[in-house]
Amino acid sequence: MTDAFHDTISGDRGLHIEEPLIFEQDSPGALGVDWPEVEARVDRLGALAREDAIGLPSLAEPTVVRHYTRLSQKNYGIDTGLFPLGSCTMKHNPRLNERLARLPGFADIHPLQPESSVQGALRLCRELQRWLMALTGMPCVALTPGAGAHGELCGMMAIRAALDAQGEESAARRRVLVPDSAHGTNPATAAALGFQVVSIPEDARGRVDPARFEALLEDGIAAVMLTNPNTCGVFENDIHRIADAVHEAGGYFYCDGANFNAIVGRVRPGDLGIDAMHLNLHKTFSTPHGGGGPGAGPVVFSEALAPYAPVPRIVEEDGLLRLEEANGATLGRMKAFHGQMGMFVRALAYLMSHGSDGLRQVSGDAVLNANYLLRRLEGAFSAPFAHAGPAMHEALFDDRSLRDSGVTTLDIAKAMIDEGLHPMTVYFPLVVHGAMLVEPTETETRASLDRFTAIMQGLAERAKAGVALSEAPHHAPRRRLDETRAARRPVLRWQPAGNAKSDVPGV
Amino acid sequence: MRYLPITEADRRVMLEAIGMPSVEALFADVPEEALLAEPVNLPPHASEYEVEKRLSRLAAQNRPAGASPFFCGAGTYRHHIPAAVDHLIQRGEFLTSYTPYQPEIAQGTLQYLFEFQTQVCLLTGMEVANASMYDGATATAEAVMMANRVARRSKAVVSGNLHPHYRDTAATLARFQGFTLDCAPPQPQGGEALARRIDAETSCVVVQYPDLFGNIADYSELAEAAHAKGALLVVVVTEIVALGALRPPGAMGADIVAAEGQSLGNPMSFGGPHLGLFATRTRHLRQMPGRLCGETVDAEGRRGYVLTLATREQHIRRERATSNICTNSGLCALAFTIHLTLLGETGLKRLASLNHARAAELADRLGRRVVTPSFFNEFTVRLDGDAAAAVERLAGEGILAGVPVSRLHPGTALDDLLLVAVTETTDGDDLAALAEALR
Ligand SMILES: Cc1ncc(COP(=O)(O)O)c(C=O)c1O
Repeated sequence: MTDAFHDTISGDRGLHIEEPLIFEQDSPGALGVDWPEVEARVDRLGALAREDAIGLPSLAEPTVVRHYTRLSQKNYGIDTGLFPLGSCTMKHNPRLNERLARLPGFADIHPLQPESSVQGALRLCRELQRWLMALTGMPCVALTPGAGAHGELCGMMAIRAALDAQGEESAARRRVLVPDSAHGTNPATAAALGFQVVSIPEDARGRVDPARFEALLEDGIAAVMLTNPNTCGVFENDIHRIADAVHEAGGYFYCDGANFNAIVGRVRPGDLGIDAMHLNLHKTFSTPHGGGGPGAGPVVFSEALAPYAPVPRIVEEDGLLRLEEANGATLGRMKAFHGQMGMFVRALAYLMSHGSDGLRQVSGDAVLNANYLLRRLEGAFSAPFAHAGPAMHEALFDDRSLRDSGVTTLDIAKAMIDEGLHPMTVYFPLVVHGAMLVEPTETETRASLDRFTAIMQGLAERAKAGVALSEAPHHAPRRRLDETRAARRPVLRWQPAGNAKSDVPGV
Repeated sequence: MRYLPITEADRRVMLEAIGMPSVEALFADVPEEALLAEPVNLPPHASEYEVEKRLSRLAAQNRPAGASPFFCGAGTYRHHIPAAVDHLIQRGEFLTSYTPYQPEIAQGTLQYLFEFQTQVCLLTGMEVANASMYDGATATAEAVMMANRVARRSKAVVSGNLHPHYRDTAATLARFQGFTLDCAPPQPQGGEALARRIDAETSCVVVQYPDLFGNIADYSELAEAAHAKGALLVVVVTEIVALGALRPPGAMGADIVAAEGQSLGNPMSFGGPHLGLFATRTRHLRQMPGRLCGETVDAEGRRGYVLTLATREQHIRRERATSNICTNSGLCALAFTIHLTLLGETGLKRLASLNHARAAELADRLGRRVVTPSFFNEFTVRLDGDAAAAVERLAGEGILAGVPVSRLHPGTALDDLLLVAVTETTDGDDLAALAEALR
């Protein structure tokens, strides 16, 4: 091979610099932090002092700073460009929010210091609750869950607790209806709580068919878990009928609020008959996703479920805010402390910055951008629900138009990488073949959307013209990675030379 | 609005391109009665300066730890965070990236996760670690559920000296999943006899190291007793810096280690976000919750990293997943791994020794009041009266004296006990101030 990579002496190429593992840069004697050596004295460790070498490498600060800087350069973020990952709402992360979360009054306070010394923090939580309740039209919000899936667990446990409290007939209810288009966390959550997951097929409009839904509502229904707007990118317009039917049948309505960005400031879930819904602060309210978290998944509850909300709860007594740790009907505690404070600061800063007018514009522009992409791309890629009503904040395509080209959804995604784009969500939802779920968000410019459509149209043309894309990407820090090998022969940690072998022999 | 780039002119062009009369028309599928005609009744948008001013005022209503002698621990610890950590985690390519589902353009995230997993293995003495959980308490609950799957049993024996919030987090899941926790009562001086609680139904024994009260115990015999009855040993660590000074749980026969990693690289932040660490033996890998990063090669044979063994996870396995977790604590794991890389072998050992030496100095000063015979950087002190009242009084005098046990174990007869944590950020003047105040 004679590409540029092999032409340089080092193997590096300009800003593409190969970076070894920290363990391969061990320089015994180097230090990145100067703590004094403590004089040996009698320790109080009860004869359990660590005698062996831990095995951590030694590096000085300049080496460490370079290491992580170089690693960062192998990553794509929202700061780099369009990140149209459907269902994930990758919008701009304002830096003001980072600054505020780091104020010592928020970052340098302890969860168990006297309540009298953290009134500002508790007030901030209260203020965030006020905004979330106003936006959702729900009377109660539990702040503690750590992310969306944890919020689902919270909401579904509240439903379980409510059913248990209604006596034996209700407590025996086990069936939870989940559409096939649902995110994996929905069935995983329901099953983790001992519910039996019953699937609801989508109709030709990418929605739950209310008549078929009603037919599934026999005895033993505990709840329905619905995402609205749903993962096919459309609004469940029979939502009132669905909500009434599930309530009629004695069950509860859990809504996955991952797609709240499409309706924030325009539609309140409380007006749709929802009993519980999580909000991903790391989606709709822009707390950074950080390469996999941390997130925050507050849950809003209806009047019926509010008594079961988890502890701790913030209550006011004589003008002082307190954390209430015990409460008769509560489902209990979900986390070590009171929730993701660092995320609450960022989310509240986001909310205050936008205000009620800005939030309404958020959903409007998010939906406009998605519809713009859908219309401009429906000639290039097949869009199964393009004419089942306006899209919400996502545009869903499938791979029918690629069928005779030999090009797959994965190939398109990898070719996008070469074009300087982050791919959309692929192969989700499961209800369409070779799904491509595009979510531009409201923080993209029209120029960015136009560039995206031009690239996508170009890729579709190349696919139809028989250009093989199966080798892509060519220009990323890595070519396609062998995921099969990673799973067959797992290497999940670095081992000193000579010990380098699979962690799991024979798997 | 400064974060929203679409202009009125753009909107007109775009609406025309899609053949729609207005943005409102795009919401035609929403039942009319549910559509709000006006913005929600909340304040209008605000300038960056205005938001900064208002939230800074709220921040000023809290007493930050740095402002006073500070001794709170019990699951969240105040350690110094090197400036480089906070700088590096704010690089946009880390901060604003997603879960590394497209590995070719996420090698930065994936490589640090691989390094992080290795560091967690080394610290805990375990064989395999995942890419993080929400926090130590949820990691503990997941550990119990995993032990239930591995042992195909449904009762966990829980030490009375496990952090009560961790116990309660597990108890919440126990209630809704239908497994049982056999919880021992708290024993501030340590020396619990848990082995006799293990029976043929027991999936695991859960202990904390150092425990809530600060005690350090060798769990090797407990591990043997558990294994002899087909149960697993779950060791919980809430102060991960301790493992720079103490024998690792893996060397005592632990089968799962569930820990809180906040102490390295992450601010206290009122208790969240924190960083759940989770490590186990390779033979239990398939039952492990959470994401895993693994090494592989690319099409040109170059080393690279991917998320792997996802057939345990919700997005592949759906209702048969080992856990419903999806988003975890990625950026907190980055802060942890950068801090630990800066420390290195020597730095971590020195940091741990410094913590221990300062704590031992305070214990010497407090003398007979100290309840905990052996400890790392946190121990229990017996006061003459109600510890919560003393903490409140001392806060008024400018000292955050620690965590009263009654705050964690309300309604038990432990009201005169105070948990005191000392780290490298506690200096000689702070120690003198507390010793004087508690005399
Ligand atoms: C529709 C949907 N539901 C649930 C989740 C889970 O949320 P989290 O990753 O915050 O746990 C996601 C996130 O990817 C999602 O897209």
